[in-house]
Amino acid sequence: MTTLTRGPEARPLPAPAARARVRRRRSVTIALFVLPALVLFLLLVVAPILIAMYSSVFRWNGFGGLPANFIGLDNFTRLFGTEVFRDDLWHLVVLIAFSVCVQLPFSLGIAMLLHQRIRGRALYRLVFFAPYVLSEVITGVLFSLILSPESGMANQLLRAVGLESQWLSDPGSVMYSLFLVMTWKYFGFHMMIYLAGRQNIPEELIEAAKIDGAGPWKVFRHVTLPLLGPTVRISVFLSVIYTIQLFDLVWILTQGGPSHSSETMAVTMMEWGFKRSQVGYASAVSVVMFALSLVFALVYQRLVMRRDLEGATTSIGGRR
Amino acid sequence: MKRSVVLIAAAVLLAGCGNSGEAAGPQQSQAGSPAKVTFEWWHLSTTEPLKSIYAKRAKEYMAEHPNVTIKMTVLENDAYKSKLTTVTQSGKAPDVFATWGGGVLKQQIDAGLVKDVTGDVGDVIGGFTPAALSAYQFDGKTYALPTDIGMVGFWYNKKLFAKAGISEPPATWSAFLDDVRKLKSAGVTPIALAGKEKWPGHYYWAYLAMRIGGLPALQQAAADHDFTKPDFLAAAQQVKALADLQPFQNGFKGAAYSTPDGQAATMGDGKAAMELMGQWAPSVQKDAGKGLGDDLGFFPFPAVEGGKGAVTDAFGGGGGMALGAQAPGEALDFVKFLTEKTNHSEAVTAGAVLPVLKGEESAVKDPNLKVVADALASATGFQLFLDQAYPPAVGQEVNDAVAQVINGAKTPEQAVQSITEVAKSESE
Repeated sequence: MTTLTRGPEARPLPAPAARARVRRRRSVTIALFVLPALVLFLLLVVAPILIAMYSSVFRWNGFGGLPANFIGLDNFTRLFGTEVFRDDLWHLVVLIAFSVCVQLPFSLGIAMLLHQRIRGRALYRLVFFAPYVLSEVITGVLFSLILSPESGMANQLLRAVGLESQWLSDPGSVMYSLFLVMTWKYFGFHMMIYLAGRQNIPEELIEAAKIDGAGPWKVFRHVTLPLLGPTVRISVFLSVIYTIQLFDLVWILTQGGPSHSSETMAVTMMEWGFKRSQVGYASAVSVVMFALSLVFALVYQRLVMRRDLEGATTSIGGRR
Repeated sequence: MKRSVVLIAAAVLLAGCGNSGEAAGPQQSQAGSPAKVTFEWWHLSTTEPLKSIYAKRAKEYMAEHPNVTIKMTVLENDAYKSKLTTVTQSGKAPDVFATWGGGVLKQQIDAGLVKDVTGDVGDVIGGFTPAALSAYQFDGKTYALPTDIGMVGFWYNKKLFAKAGISEPPATWSAFLDDVRKLKSAGVTPIALAGKEKWPGHYYWAYLAMRIGGLPALQQAAADHDFTKPDFLAAAQQVKALADLQPFQNGFKGAAYSTPDGQAATMGDGKAAMELMGQWAPSVQKDAGKGLGDDLGFFPFPAVEGGKGAVTDAFGGGGGMALGAQAPGEALDFVKFLTEKTNHSEAVTAGAVLPVLKGEESAVKDPNLKVVADALASATGFQLFLDQAYPPAVGQEVNDAVAQVINGAKTPEQAVQSITEVAKSESE
């Protein structure tokens, strides 16, 4: 910040009064630049959150002006009392566990492979990253065709070897199928993050470890992985936040079915807010989603990403 | 410096307000000529032939009444629903808008957004069939004029029925279940169903409730919010009895209605013997699959032995045009113009809608639609789709609970219980 004014034309200011005037003028300039972003942030981020919190304590179908029927925390007690919502939370835990234990290690493995000098490396990177570029809706439509039980490509291939799966049409297999699609779409993204992180690791360290007699696994375990720490932590963070808000893919693929077996919080919110026009209740769902994301983000940044954020300009006390 | 900030802020605010100053209401022009009127018309007929018929009607009306300007907003089904929901929740309604009537319209009426036209339609109301009007009348008051009406019934594949040795469509529920068994043992998938979208499944429970309990029972339930009565439970048990025969196509729990592997395509490609669907079924079958042509037939939902409902009671829905609370008089005049016999019959002849006016049946050309129109004309009673007749939360719970019975995730007892819970909490 202090380097900003030290241009070549800056000259020392003798009188303290003049210095105060300059400082005041500078803060006005800063305020002017910040104002548009601040207004947008307040209008599009803070205001909706506050409105949702406000309407979540009312019984309200969304019609006619402001909600009037105050019911306190009834929406929340009702919410946690329904099986569908408790299942939503369980699905969240399952998907996060799968993502962290299967999807991310898989992406890491692919990234390590593609860091080697292999033929067609650039092509592989491109192909693996491509699904991430597609929108979730297109991915959803694509896979609802592929996984369709009769004419879908997946079952036609499986039938050739005498197998068949119900994919999205069976409560027992729908979560695996959903996770498969999520992985297809997102492993390329995490792979890219890991690749970038890997390229920041100086080759000297790897070489030194090799000279000391470490095999490939030991090099990975004791040199590469610890140095990839910040990258892994941020990728876990992104993955969890995404899963809490998961909506588009599920809505297109299953609408939460069959029998709510793949429903997520956002799907429940859509169902109640738009289809059943119980806006108060749906707002309560959105408040729980917001609280979960916020608490996770704060706790995770405080406990897990603390070292990675040190020295960042956004952290408190960054001027030190 | 500070003053200039205020000035910039003021300028931005003023610029933002620029367009809202335009008044849409009537404006007095020169003496003698009628006042200029502009009104909005929202509808969702994005497919031909209705799309161009409606555009033509608006042009004709504006040509006859030079002082009137009609602003049309035409949106596809889902976009229409969400835009209308957003607008009505902000406390306004378009001057003229397409509606399905029932519980959603009732909510809009209760919010004071819809005009009561009872006093203004006395001259034309006698021309409409009672079935067509029923969705828009509450407590003896009328809130919209109908433009379309249809009903649900079984569409069946004559060739596959013949293959299973069934000579004529079943007239009773037990004969129907027998036919399902026959079809199954002949290696034919008896029924196509879109389990991912829950509304096609609710038709089964609704029709069974109508046949077992009769129409008054469903109307009574709308008032006392009790769906646990024996007749409703019996209907849910019969849904389960049907589902226990496993009559549906492979993977029906994940199947959509109109997608390439969905209910309509399964039926249209001759891979299932029947589907319970509305009057639009033949055209969607042709769209999503190959279509059955002359092999396609229609029979009404069979009677249930010992039930209180008549086999001639029809279940379905249609569409109508309602008016926003602030709509000018010309808007109502336009809706009357739209539903005039010659004008409306043109849409019927084009195969876009079914008759809503008495004596219009002769305008129906398509043989399949003719069967539906005749069944409707002779219907002894009419029940609107339950997910439209009841408040949205109750209607969706009916869909959801019936889908769970079909999937085996809920017992019939649990299903009627959960519908009752939602209906009771909605009425508080």
